[in-house]
Amino acid sequence: MGAYILKRLLALIPILIGLTIIVFLMIALIPGGTAVAILGPLASAESVAKLNAELGLDQPLPQQYLHWLGNLLHGDLGRSYSLKRPVVDEIFERFSATAILAGTSLVLCSIFGLLAGIVSAVRQFGWTDRIVTFVVLIGISTPSFWLGLLLIMLFAVAWPIFPPSGMYLAYGGGGILDLLNHLVLPAVTLAVVATGVIARLTRTAMLEVLRQDYIRTARAKGLTEGRVIYRHAFKSALVTVIPLIGVQAGLVIGGAVYIETVFQWPGIGRMLVGAISTRDILLVQGGVLLLAVTYVLINLIADIIQTLLDPRLKS
Amino acid sequence: MTAATGTATAKPAGASARPGTFRLFANNRLAALGLAVLAAIVILALLAPVLPLDDPAVTDPANRLLPPGTAGHILGTDHLGRDILSRLFWGTRVSLAVGFSATLIAAFFGSLIGLVAGYVGGRTDSILMRSIDMLMAFPYILLALGIVAVLGPGLLNALYAIAVVNIPFFARNIRGVTRGLAHREFVDAARLSGKSHAGVLFTEVTPNVLPVIVITMSSTVGWMILETAGLSFLGLGVQPPQADLGSMLGEGRKLLFNAPFVSIIPGVTIFAIVMSINLVGDGIRDVLDPRLRSGALARPSARTRVDRREAPPMPSESSGTALDLVDLKTEFRVGSSVYRAVGGVSLDLKDKECLGLVGESGSGKSVTAMSVLGLVATPPGAIVGGRVMVDGEDLLEVSDEALRRLRGGRISMIFQDPLSTLHPLFTVGDQIAEAIRSHHPVGHAEAWKRAVDLLELVRIPNARQRAGSYPHELSGGMRQRVCIAMALANDSGIMIADEPTTALDVTVQAQVLRLLDDLRKEKGAAVLFITHDFGVVSEICDRVAVMYAGRIVELGTTEDVLSRPAHPYTRKLIDCVPILGDPERRLDAIDGLPPSVARLPPGCAFADRCPQVREDCRSGDIALTATGGRSVRCLYPLVETVE
Repeated sequence: MGAYILKRLLALIPILIGLTIIVFLMIALIPGGTAVAILGPLASAESVAKLNAELGLDQPLPQQYLHWLGNLLHGDLGRSYSLKRPVVDEIFERFSATAILAGTSLVLCSIFGLLAGIVSAVRQFGWTDRIVTFVVLIGISTPSFWLGLLLIMLFAVAWPIFPPSGMYLAYGGGGILDLLNHLVLPAVTLAVVATGVIARLTRTAMLEVLRQDYIRTARAKGLTEGRVIYRHAFKSALVTVIPLIGVQAGLVIGGAVYIETVFQWPGIGRMLVGAISTRDILLVQGGVLLLAVTYVLINLIADIIQTLLDPRLKS
Repeated sequence: MTAATGTATAKPAGASARPGTFRLFANNRLAALGLAVLAAIVILALLAPVLPLDDPAVTDPANRLLPPGTAGHILGTDHLGRDILSRLFWGTRVSLAVGFSATLIAAFFGSLIGLVAGYVGGRTDSILMRSIDMLMAFPYILLALGIVAVLGPGLLNALYAIAVVNIPFFARNIRGVTRGLAHREFVDAARLSGKSHAGVLFTEVTPNVLPVIVITMSSTVGWMILETAGLSFLGLGVQPPQADLGSMLGEGRKLLFNAPFVSIIPGVTIFAIVMSINLVGDGIRDVLDPRLRSGALARPSARTRVDRREAPPMPSESSGTALDLVDLKTEFRVGSSVYRAVGGVSLDLKDKECLGLVGESGSGKSVTAMSVLGLVATPPGAIVGGRVMVDGEDLLEVSDEALRRLRGGRISMIFQDPLSTLHPLFTVGDQIAEAIRSHHPVGHAEAWKRAVDLLELVRIPNARQRAGSYPHELSGGMRQRVCIAMALANDSGIMIADEPTTALDVTVQAQVLRLLDDLRKEKGAAVLFITHDFGVVSEICDRVAVMYAGRIVELGTTEDVLSRPAHPYTRKLIDCVPILGDPERRLDAIDGLPPSVARLPPGCAFADRCPQVREDCRSGDIALTATGGRSVRCLYPLVETVE
């Protein structure tokens, strides 16, 4: 297993290089180039020209990339012109907020998506299946940013059960309970779409598995239907669905941009929206890179879990 | 015998008929509803310029935030006093236009990349697909944000961003299908006829890929509308004074507490558009995706449905009979066709006997075996008549729990292909131990120990280590020994072996066969042995029943039947068995095909292939006539069976 993980980590290198190239190009291709990115859109033409010369932007792109990559490996992604502080400091400070929100949502959508998918497959064509299928369809058709607003109207305004925004109370807040209280609405909102997608994938995977010969064998040896479904069929379905859950993490991480904005959650998503409006490109670059790397790592973990479940994949 | 089980399940699936008509109907009705809603929204949006609407951009601060229902402003006004109804119509126009344009752009470039990559292959393919993989390594909303960050906020930029991030979906799907088509005969033929590569690609390949493009479009257009609305909601898409549904929602957000209707109205509209598109998309997929249409994804239930119109009287319990099938009938119902896979089989398996059940693929022998323990897949299968008697009880009438206890307990089964019948994700020891524990209240350690003993019993070397192996780590012969061990786990009195050696190499076949024979004698179990091979029958069976088109056509002791077959079909089957040292012997299969069990002819089902057929063979039901220990279903048997 150790060798397998090492192999997967090595396979990660080209993907990470590709990611950095795309993210690097974000800056290199903007009108005005790196100097504008560093100084901001309001900088004067002279100072832009001066900085361009200083940075050697007459060099070809590959050299610029290697220079940028070198800085990146030293933990330097430049300074945000609007915040007047290093990009790395800002994004890592905000990363935990996004990780808490997106992580919770990922757990929620995995649990509920898998459950809904199983129930739906087991009761295929029955009322439960029809209701679940329809609810799932509603879930994936609802704009999450609007759902967030609806939930605020319902559960923070009409029935003030949860706070409408923020991560901690401004005064006297802090602590895990305060966090959880603030987390419920945004985490649920963010989980809805991915739950629907995972439920659909799980249903299909379960139906596929339940037709296999080895399920007939499991029945032929006298297992209870519960064991057939939750042990034999579910384990096989999980092998199919786990990597797909990894892919859905993209929906959750991307969706965090909306949800953090709606609930004023102090994470990277909300930072990105602000940074795009102020054209603080270096900040956008850093945030996008960090979230993309996180996404790649989540997919790596999903693949490793899949291999742990399926001994055939190790070879 | 791939075919015997295969026929049971695959034949109905292959037919063009549908699974639960009700579901398809319900689905189509939903798709039709979606289409109607979508069409209404699109038409209203198109009509916006000619409808008597206020100017969506004219502000009227005196009449700000009027509630819905106000005269002159049916849906009220927003924070600048603009008419919401009018803004809704114009905003919907923008949202739809952007969503559909983005879909078309993504579909065009994505399909082009996919077509080229799939058709050209080689380096072009791997370079294109690696780049696509790079794009897909980003969460796609994030990538869209990055693009907007570079280009700057604005409606067109948002459109480009959404289109670009959706290109990979098209490229991947279309490339996959194109690769499958690139070397098909009609493509090669077109190339040989002198067409250029581009000509072949666009006139021969593209039309065949079109359904996939349509499916991908229908499943992504909803997302694209959502995402463009999202960008506008964040203030990164459409810029004031122009509005789309997303930016209306974004403006409404600031008025969440005092004028919630300002955000509810555009939200509901986005939801209605996306929901109706998804309904239509699901409908399109159901129609275009043959897998769903054929009902291949229907889930088999835990037990075959029993749907007897009339049951024969309970037979008197005869001592010495382990399993008694009385006029068993099993059907597959697919759409309007009924496949009578088992058309009234009566068979008794005596204690400690090995009874062979022989027939060609599709004769119904496997379905007969599966029917005993209710293992025929429902849908589409159903047992529609007869009785399955074990120990004075009709298994078609016992409770689910009673049947579960019998499965793997009193009666166990061995299936054909041990690679597909063993669970790939559990160790073999675990699977045997599980069989023990579902019938005996023993702990895991004890069950594991017994499992190892069983593996030793079936002569697996190093049983202790092998128990921890996964099925894919064992050879075919070893795997089948594991299945036999599993069947022996609970000392079953009755074993049903469904072509247990067919999937194995010839040498291994003989070993496994001998092992099975030794063990059944040692344990005193009765065995129903299903095979298509008379050679195998002659080795281990005491008696043999021959099945054709769902019915028994001959039954007798192995020696009698082999040396003096009475039914012309049996004669032909025996002729098919090769004999060592007799290369001249004809091995060609029987001329013609068995009749479809969906359209059985009147009279003898074998008549069309029978060399001895006479006129009266083709009418009336021909009974299985028993004389002494021998039965035959033929008007003109080859030998006199009367003793």
